[in-house]
Amino acid sequence: MDLIGYENYFWLSTALFSIGILGILIRRNMIILLMCIEIMLNAANLMFIAFAYKWGNMDGHIFVFFSMLVAAAEAAVGLALMVLIYRKFKTVDISYLDKLKF
Amino acid sequence: MEIQNIIFIILSALTLMCALGVVFSKNPIHSGLLLVLTMFSISGHYLLLHAQFVAIVNIIVYAGAVMVLLLFVLMLLNLNKDNEPQKSIMVKIIGTLSAGGIMISLVAVSKIFLVQKSMQGRPIAEDFGYVKSLGALLFTDYILPFELASILFLAAIVGAVFLGTRSVENK
Amino acid sequence: MNHLLVVLVVFSPLVGFLINGILGKKLPEKLSGALGTLAVLISFVSSILLWNHVSIHGGFETVLFNWLAIDTLVLDFGFRVDALSIWMMLIISGIGTLIHLYSIGYMHGDKGFSRFFAYLNLFVFSMFLLVMGNNLVVLFFGWEGVGLCSYLLIGFWYHNVAYGHAARKAFIMNRIGDLGLLLGIFLIFKVFGTLHLATIAELASANLVQPQIINWITFLLFIGAMGKSAQIPLFTWLPDAMAGPTPVSALIHAATMVTAGIYLVVRNANLYQIATLTTQIILIIGLATSILAALIGLYQNDIKKVLAYSTVSQLGLMFVALGVGAYSTAMFHLTTHAFFKALLFLGAGSVIHAMGGEQNISFMGGLKNKIKTTHITFLIGTLAIIGFPLFSGFFSKDEILEKVFEYSPIAWGFTLFSAALTAIYMLRLYFVVFLGNFRGSETQKANLHESPISMTLPLMILALLSLFGGVLNLPHFLPENMSQFLSHWIASIPSMQFMAPSSHEHHLSQTIIFGLMGLAIVLVLVLLFLVYRFYASRQFNILPNQSRFSKLGENKFFVDEIYNHLFVKQIESRSEFLYKVFEKKAVKPFIMLFPRIFGQLGKVFQRVQDGNVENYLLYFVLGIISFILLILL
Repeated sequence: MDLIGYENYFWLSTALFSIGILGILIRRNMIILLMCIEIMLNAANLMFIAFAYKWGNMDGHIFVFFSMLVAAAEAAVGLALMVLIYRKFKTVDISYLDKLKF
Repeated sequence: MEIQNIIFIILSALTLMCALGVVFSKNPIHSGLLLVLTMFSISGHYLLLHAQFVAIVNIIVYAGAVMVLLLFVLMLLNLNKDNEPQKSIMVKIIGTLSAGGIMISLVAVSKIFLVQKSMQGRPIAEDFGYVKSLGALLFTDYILPFELASILFLAAIVGAVFLGTRSVENK
Repeated sequence: MNHLLVVLVVFSPLVGFLINGILGKKLPEKLSGALGTLAVLISFVSSILLWNHVSIHGGFETVLFNWLAIDTLVLDFGFRVDALSIWMMLIISGIGTLIHLYSIGYMHGDKGFSRFFAYLNLFVFSMFLLVMGNNLVVLFFGWEGVGLCSYLLIGFWYHNVAYGHAARKAFIMNRIGDLGLLLGIFLIFKVFGTLHLATIAELASANLVQPQIINWITFLLFIGAMGKSAQIPLFTWLPDAMAGPTPVSALIHAATMVTAGIYLVVRNANLYQIATLTTQIILIIGLATSILAALIGLYQNDIKKVLAYSTVSQLGLMFVALGVGAYSTAMFHLTTHAFFKALLFLGAGSVIHAMGGEQNISFMGGLKNKIKTTHITFLIGTLAIIGFPLFSGFFSKDEILEKVFEYSPIAWGFTLFSAALTAIYMLRLYFVVFLGNFRGSETQKANLHESPISMTLPLMILALLSLFGGVLNLPHFLPENMSQFLSHWIASIPSMQFMAPSSHEHHLSQTIIFGLMGLAIVLVLVLLFLVYRFYASRQFNILPNQSRFSKLGENKFFVDEIYNHLFVKQIESRSEFLYKVFEKKAVKPFIMLFPRIFGQLGKVFQRVQDGNVENYLLYFVLGIISFILLILL
């Protein structure tokens, strides 16, 4: 029996994704939140690669390639914002960022 | 049992453990380092799936660039203490339940939409996952998104620099 | 080739409008005026070429594009060039060219010079659509277009509030008529199932529809004509329309646009042939308008107002001709009227120009020797309009009188009365303005000057036309091949053959015809003598008249006041009631209910947006879960 099938990878990817969600919901440090987002992105990427392997089609690789690219850009801008927020509020705790409301 | 299956099991366990470590670690620095480990293990999975190029890129971009950036910011802002105030237990329970809900829904989706259909895979080609074939694909069918990606990066760079410098001026 | 010519006729004024309208302010005055005039001149030349074609091969239709097609309603943006429309096209473009030329001199130095030419060109374009449209929708399009241009040009000097009000009055009065026209068009479509003019004419001749319905259709169309051609009860806008520059009064409110109503009736002559009731209404309204306007005209002191009432009166005469079924006669009078009324208005413009903007004739007088060209041409125009023998107006008016006499001697009596009034007020105008002593101020006297050549040249050409315009439709007792040219011409349209002079029996004997003509001539000569005597005894001055009737006339028989009281005041009081009671007490509270409800709801749900990102994330995840579940279930 070959474990390296799309099904096992589906479970793995789903678990990773849920861990990312969990992290987002229970942590307050913004940088940890960013990390969790990266985990979720990687879960999705893993799924792409697994299905690419399954169908023998390399388009999945391309998608992963672009998703990494976007993730890198996101990290750059996100971290810049975070630095800005830290300078302004002296904290990266999202619980204190509740000014944006009516 | 084949060697690949053993590797798969070990890698999967490592991936999940590290991911959980990222979430539950008290010290942000530890989280960051564990995330690097997660990325490495995912790259291992990519290798198992014949995606050599993507595996390398994953390590370089994530483990190399993004994580270094994250850790750098952590150090810069002097956040490497585990002084993060904890959320209330109630919120934690709700969060866990929600995450579990997402997982269950996704499993349900897979049961209904994926497994029902006969998933007969196709054999992979000789040059599957090679840089050469990936490059051929990237520079023919996906040339437009590829070029657009450069604009995205430019925007990201400009944005990051802009945000970084203006805050200095404000002070 | 013909297609190209038709396009050239219609669209060269549009191009002129666009150039003048868009680039206007950047163009020098000379170029702007020349462009506007050239655009209409191109139309005129193309019309002459088309005339040539029509006279040889007969009328034709050409479709520019398919406009719209809904179920059974198929509309083409098509043009019909036949004897009738080419006749109108020549009048519009011919007189239009002269008036454009005149405007170059008249509007010299005006701030809105290019705007003026843009509007004029747009007007000519719309007028072409009106007379050339091969279906009623294109006609209606042009009909509204000329209404718009009329509005824009009456209110041309919009800094003057009164002028703006005059423009609005014209626009609103025309809307009333347009509603009638629109209803008529709807009814035609309902009854005939088509809006194509030629097809309607065919179907009407087949006598398939009840006369009752035809009466309604024709009456509704006539309401449209009433508005556009200023007939009772919708005539009060035309005298006020004199607020516009004088060339506008000449082109739009005398020669072309106001005759659109006549054109509409003649174009649908096949329908009016059957509608006996409507034609009687037309006759009565035409007569009443003609006499009432002439009576008012007797007592006006503003040179343009006199001419305006004269126009209303003459339009009434044309409707009288239509009422007795003499369509080609109406067209004939339309043509000669276009010549001499344009001439009179342009002459009046020249007088006003010489007087430095003065319009009140009681300050004029003795202009005979100061502005010679204007004087001679104005005299020709006056003689033409009063029907002095062998001038163009003589032939057309005489033909109307003859046709009316044939129809009913009583109506003839009234028509003759109206004609006599015309002679009186026009002679009064002429004597007071040109004879006697100058009564204006010293500065005006010093500045009296003849207008530039660009203004006098159109005057001279129009004077020639007014002199010899009569040859277009010489009386029928002359030899066949030289008389009744216009009637034969229009009768060359297959559906309008009944207008041919030979086709219908002359009930009147030669003696009566000559007797009528002699009577008319004698009447004119006697009036000429009497009016001259009357004003000569007063040094050609207007003396304030104390009689009650003259007060009535000076105040235009209080028609405006009556309308004001009957309609405007009523509507105002109702509107005020609706505003104060209905809107403020009922509508507003009801409407305000909704903002209040949503405001309260908003306050409740506002709590969800507490600004805490953690909670947002939680909602976000819950949202995703419910979304997935929604798909699953």
